[in-house]
Amino acid sequence: MPRTPLIGQAMATPQPLLRFEAVTCRFGEIVAVGGVTCDIAPGGFVALVGASGSGKSTLLKTVNTLVAPTGGRVLFGGEDVTTLAPARLRRRVGYVFQGIGLFPHFSVAENVGIGPRLAGEKLPPERIAELLRLVELDPALAARMPDELSGGQRQRVGVARALAGGPELLIMDEPFGALDPLTRDALGRKVRELHETLGLTTVMVTHDMAEALLLADRVLVMDAGALVADAAPRALLAGEGGPVAQRLASVPREQAERLAAMETPGARRA
Amino acid sequence: MRAIWDILPGLGDKLAAHVALSASAIGLAMLIALPLAVWAGRSPVVSRLALSLASLVQTIPALALLALFFPLLLSLRAVFGEGLPTLGFLPALMALTLYALLPILRNAVTAQANLDPGVLEAADGVGMTKWQRLTLVEAPLAAPFIMAGIRTASVWTIGAATLATTIGQPSLGDPIFAGLQTQNWALVLAGCLASAGLALAADNLLWVIEVGLSRRARWMTFGGMAVVALGIAAALWGQGAPGDAKRPVVIAAKQFSEQYILAKLIGSRLEAAGYAVEYRDGLGSAVVHSALASSSVDIAVDYTGTIWANYLKRTDNPGREAMYATIRDWEMRENGVRVLGRLGFENAYAFAMRQDRAAALGVASLADLVAVAPRLTVGGDPEFFERPEWIAVRDAYGLSFGRTRNFAPTFMYNALASGEADVISAYTSDGRIAADRLLVLADPEGALPSYDALLMLSPRIAGDAGVIAALRPLIGAIGVEAMREANFAVDREDAGKRTPRQAAQELARKSGL
Repeated sequence: MPRTPLIGQAMATPQPLLRFEAVTCRFGEIVAVGGVTCDIAPGGFVALVGASGSGKSTLLKTVNTLVAPTGGRVLFGGEDVTTLAPARLRRRVGYVFQGIGLFPHFSVAENVGIGPRLAGEKLPPERIAELLRLVELDPALAARMPDELSGGQRQRVGVARALAGGPELLIMDEPFGALDPLTRDALGRKVRELHETLGLTTVMVTHDMAEALLLADRVLVMDAGALVADAAPRALLAGEGGPVAQRLASVPREQAERLAAMETPGARRA
Repeated sequence: MRAIWDILPGLGDKLAAHVALSASAIGLAMLIALPLAVWAGRSPVVSRLALSLASLVQTIPALALLALFFPLLLSLRAVFGEGLPTLGFLPALMALTLYALLPILRNAVTAQANLDPGVLEAADGVGMTKWQRLTLVEAPLAAPFIMAGIRTASVWTIGAATLATTIGQPSLGDPIFAGLQTQNWALVLAGCLASAGLALAADNLLWVIEVGLSRRARWMTFGGMAVVALGIAAALWGQGAPGDAKRPVVIAAKQFSEQYILAKLIGSRLEAAGYAVEYRDGLGSAVVHSALASSSVDIAVDYTGTIWANYLKRTDNPGREAMYATIRDWEMRENGVRVLGRLGFENAYAFAMRQDRAAALGVASLADLVAVAPRLTVGGDPEFFERPEWIAVRDAYGLSFGRTRNFAPTFMYNALASGEADVISAYTSDGRIAADRLLVLADPEGALPSYDALLMLSPRIAGDAGVIAALRPLIGAIGVEAMREANFAVDREDAGKRTPRQAAQELARKSGL
């Protein structure tokens, strides 16, 4: 599962797909993001990790302008996102989030096809079926309403909707946070697989370091609005990335050790 | 109860007018409330302001709200010209629209506030513009709740529209008010049944639409809408083309039996002379005079004492003839209203008591009353204790009653009979003074002015020779005995009870008309 990081600091890439330049977001007195600078190369799967309130979601939402930075700028394909028409920008950036936000009055097919529909293109049923198969859903579900689906099925529809417009960039905000562990693991692997086969660039916000380490090939750690670590998973596990990153990484590591200890015959419980 | 089934089929045109008025008010309220709710959803200040204003309107009694539009529109004539209607459809529409705003606005604002934030974030996330988000997501998801608000507004509006009668807009309130004043309970029940039935029907139809919207069952939504549209279309068609070329002669009646009878008497003479006639029954007393001066109504019967005190603002008492001559000249000069003459009887205020009670207390005149008044309850019609006549009597004798109570005129006599009032403000033309063998207290100080019934014509028909010729024979023709009999025939509860129209026919015959 762990992959060779593309290029450690991404400096050799001619043009990053996404570039944060001293991005700051203030809400009144509160500084949610305090001057983040970072490049994301095309084809990368980047996890943005941090505790609640570290500013990771806010930073992610500056990409599709759901949040406007109060300072600095975000470049997408070399263009400042605030100069792009929001509706057009968001069709090029697939967005998956914890709330899922399926439109309850639309069928599954209508939900999946909404992005292209807004652009004036009606997706044919074969394309809908193809998208549903991509996320391992039975195409027969196309006619169902969202409230007839399980939580996992709904989030799969959410992923299919994000992919329907053929996005260049997929951004995900705690996409699997509300799912049970089995579904969560399966859907995580599926998204990583789609990332490969569709040649996507993916940025995923999560508070779960294990998920970040297992899925991403580059982990960014945020703390109190600042970027405090930027490393490949293996490097991070090897102790790089500083104290905040190490504290976050220690939780899954210790859990794994305790589980392993239980499986060792004769070992006493900690 | 058979009488109700006889009355109901005749209420078709009132029903049509009621539906047209209510539907217009709700439609207008939706046109105002829905965009306002969208604005409120984006600005908390607008939301608070709009909701508080709409709630404030709800605290005004519907009857007062309707009546307040009359002076408002009258003053607006300075801007919009004399063509602006001050009675009837326009003020009723405006008042009911204000009344319907709150439930629609509140439900629409609440529905928006309670939309799933995840769904709204998704709408932005998939690249919807603000307008697409409103039309594709917010409106369809809020629709069932908004529909529930429209349902509430409809039931309220259909109920409150019965009060439009008091400002001269025909509605299902016409039979209710006419019935209440003449103690014709079948008429009251028929009006209530019809308006309650209409409210229930509207409520259920709109419920079908609401359920259709929330279950996304299109056949229910569109089926319900089609039936509503058909109903409104039928009502409008039943109303006839608005703006008929020739306006009928409009006869006003205040809210008591005598006025209904005289209106019918006047109407039947005009119809016999070939005029089209329309009745505005149950108007508020204060509205009638202004309505006549502005030609919103054409013919009214008013009383010298009322005009003297309320419109000339006089408190002196120059005697019957001088009062009449002064009023006749004043009306023509100030309002262009033509006082055609006196009908012949007086409907003065008087104080009446049960004979046994008066004997026990040793009271025969208002002067005798002074000593015992603090132990007594006096009953009056709803406006009596605000009227200058009461103030004049009170101050002339130094009367101070233990308790004052208001009753609808027809109930005052019941209150006297049951002992709920010891003294009432009676009317001298009222048949029940004789029927109940009441004692009318003498007025040695002459504090109560005279109340000659006047036949008055609006400026619009003041010079109409045909109308004048048809009505001239009424002048001086109606004696107080004949009027009392007619009033009693309408007010009584037994087999001798007559409708105002029947009583008018008998009155005409007995008066040699």
